Amino acid sequence: MKQEMIHRDPDDFPIGEEILRMSGITKVYGNGVLANENVNFSVKKGEIHAIMGENGAGKSTLMKILFGNEQPDRGEICFKGRTQTIESPKKAVELGIGMVYQHFNLAESLTVAENIVVGQEPGRGILFRQKSAYDAVEELARKYAFDIDPKSRVRDLSVGKKQKVEILKILYRNSELIILDEPTAVLTPQETEELFHQLLLLKQNGYTIIFISHKINEVKTICDRMTIIRAGKTRGTYEISELSANDISVLMVGRDVVQKIEKPAAKPGKTVLSARDLRYRNEHGAVMLDGVSFDLRQGEILGVAGVEGSGQRELAEAVSGMLRPEGGAVYLDGREITGKTPGEVRALGFSHIHEDRMTYGVAKNVSITENLIANRCASPELGGKAFFDGKKTSALAQKLVEEYQIVCKTPSVPAGMLSGGNIQKVVVAREMSVEPQVLLANQPTRGIDVGAVEFIHERLIRDSREKGCAVLLISSDLNEVLEMSDSLLVMYKGHISGYFADVSALTEQELGLYMLGLKRQSEQELKEALHEKV
Amino acid sequence: MNVGQLIFSTTFLATVIRMTTPILFAGLAGLIASQAGVMNLAVESIMLTSALAGVLISAWTGSAWIGLLGAVLIGIGMGFIIAYTAFTLHADMVLNGVAFNLMMTGGTMFLMYVATGQKGTSTGVPSKVLPTVSIPLLRDIPYVGEVLSGHNVLTYIAMAFTVLMFYFLFKTKLGLRIRMVGENPAAAESVGINSKKIKYLAMCLSGMFAAFGGAYMSMAYMSWFQNNITAGRGFIGMAASALGGNMPLGTLMASLLFGVADAVANTISSLNLPSELVSMLPYVITIIGLVYYSIYLGRKKAPSAKAGKGAKKEEEKTA
Repeated sequence: MKQEMIHRDPDDFPIGEEILRMSGITKVYGNGVLANENVNFSVKKGEIHAIMGENGAGKSTLMKILFGNEQPDRGEICFKGRTQTIESPKKAVELGIGMVYQHFNLAESLTVAENIVVGQEPGRGILFRQKSAYDAVEELARKYAFDIDPKSRVRDLSVGKKQKVEILKILYRNSELIILDEPTAVLTPQETEELFHQLLLLKQNGYTIIFISHKINEVKTICDRMTIIRAGKTRGTYEISELSANDISVLMVGRDVVQKIEKPAAKPGKTVLSARDLRYRNEHGAVMLDGVSFDLRQGEILGVAGVEGSGQRELAEAVSGMLRPEGGAVYLDGREITGKTPGEVRALGFSHIHEDRMTYGVAKNVSITENLIANRCASPELGGKAFFDGKKTSALAQKLVEEYQIVCKTPSVPAGMLSGGNIQKVVVAREMSVEPQVLLANQPTRGIDVGAVEFIHERLIRDSREKGCAVLLISSDLNEVLEMSDSLLVMYKGHISGYFADVSALTEQELGLYMLGLKRQSEQELKEALHEKV
Repeated sequence: MNVGQLIFSTTFLATVIRMTTPILFAGLAGLIASQAGVMNLAVESIMLTSALAGVLISAWTGSAWIGLLGAVLIGIGMGFIIAYTAFTLHADMVLNGVAFNLMMTGGTMFLMYVATGQKGTSTGVPSKVLPTVSIPLLRDIPYVGEVLSGHNVLTYIAMAFTVLMFYFLFKTKLGLRIRMVGENPAAAESVGINSKKIKYLAMCLSGMFAAFGGAYMSMAYMSWFQNNITAGRGFIGMAASALGGNMPLGTLMASLLFGVADAVANTISSLNLPSELVSMLPYVITIIGLVYYSIYLGRKKAPSAKAGKGAKKEEEKTA
């Protein structure tokens, strides 16, 4: 009965008509982040429509609203000529909207066919007819050239195949609008090509596809139109053929407000951290580090920019000892540290502000004091060999709380009770107060209040200038990397696509071209990032 | 009589089947819960409670069948209560299960005293026993007939449930949904399946199977209730379902293994071995079995261990 209710003919709406219109969408999250501001967006039936924008621009929020995962604070969604309230993903599916997330929603030990038909299983009464399921899936797969065996178990499939299962799941439910959230991020080039072929086939069959991406080449290959979102607002919808790659990059990358940060000129000293030809593939076999080399000198702030997922995270984990690279070496103050544990690396004067503060930054249920001393438990200044000296630890905590302006009742409250900005200050206080030679600051100010951001920036600049601390600053906040860094590395697809010795001479337009892979420096130019021979 | 003769004697093999039955019921209880992604730690206490309920209800009504029905309804009810506390009130399932087990160990003793005035055993209560079944034709086959025929009706019901369980899980729509929920509730929810409802259902079914096991203990294996009559069989059953990969056939095989261990313990206690040592045997086998199983699984998963780790990370994030 339910099956019939959902069944619809994909041809009942004319091609080229506006199938979806989202108007005046505004969404403010609980923490005050304005994710979408008066967004207007519309899609025509039978087109492949790209949504482009940097990470954090608001693409995902808009799609979550469309798919019923989030509710807009203001605005209206009109699907097939009717205004709809999409209160849940279930409602979206019933309307005929399907979504493929970056993280798949599949049961690994079940077969392909079982994953596809569950919820709308073929069979009479309570019985489930496995054979009909296989047949239905096989027919669907044949129609759209999906090379997939309905009987195989999902856990035995490659990532590319799993994505196909997700798409088939949507087709089986007769959706006519398919949202793909950065579908090529997990695919090999061959799989990407195959996917594009299938998407074009779906388009010919009257399906409408929303393609979220920040890869210009891909969008130019298969999309008809695109909408650009930057900082929560739509910057216009364009025919793909009307824009050059450079135009797109300028529209996508940019700062609306330039916040100047004053800092004294850097006087770089000797090299303290060197990476040479780092290579790493993740568990899916995707190349995340592809020969990364650079030198970081005393007293300088070296920024790392790039679209998220270009290998910044792997780079941070490789130099800090959290991940063992497959090739290449890392040197700290002339000693090789490749393959050493994070503890061993830290003992040599390395500090790490991890991008994920709630998982790797603090223990939520543990007091501020204990979080602050976590990286110096064995230090003789805190007590003897086995016990902490309570007075000394609380004196230290009190000193750090004051120095780093951590707002709390007392340092003995659990760190999880603090606001995001204060939690981050706890992490920063712990990592900087040991006066490291090298400080790796990965997204040090993401998602925290302006006051805390300013404070952390000031500390970073002061420590690098006055104490000679070498700072490796990884950030997806354009303003932050451009204003804080003395020199800058740009990462694209796991390699370094550009090195700029003087950031003040770099424009954001230029940076955008390197971040999006439209430009790449020669080997010779990149050699400038190496100050020392190893 | 030497040990070899003992082991292949028809009495020994019949004992194996007798000992296997309650473990198989408990195993099915563990299996259905695990398939839905739920850990029902309270199988033991549901068995114990149902064992008492069967005795009392059959004594009051004078009917073994009504006694069995009552026991099963109480088992389902307990499964539902645990589901309610865990899925609606969000109590921790493990602590919840432990609390139920501890509560009913004393609770059954107390209830028996209140209902019958007796402590220790209910031998004075005129409770009924479920009938044994002598299977025509089969009983006439020499040796095989002696081993397989003439067991209690619940033994055959257990076997039938095992087969039905297979069909239920793999040949019905509901079975597919249970497996989907058990493995990835988010994926199930995304296609409009109410995973909470499915988990409730699985807990009720789990309670039902456990209740059959409990009724077997007091209305077939013995003809009365006594303190801690289940003696850990609920836990052994959970081990059996884990060891059997939460599959019907695997659970049957693992239950048979534990049945053999029980029967051996029973049989060699007639030899001059310390009975305390012998009674450890089933539990030692449980530990060896679980360790073997996890090593075996670890080896099987080894090539994709890295991917598994990644997946786990994701899980933690979403949690």
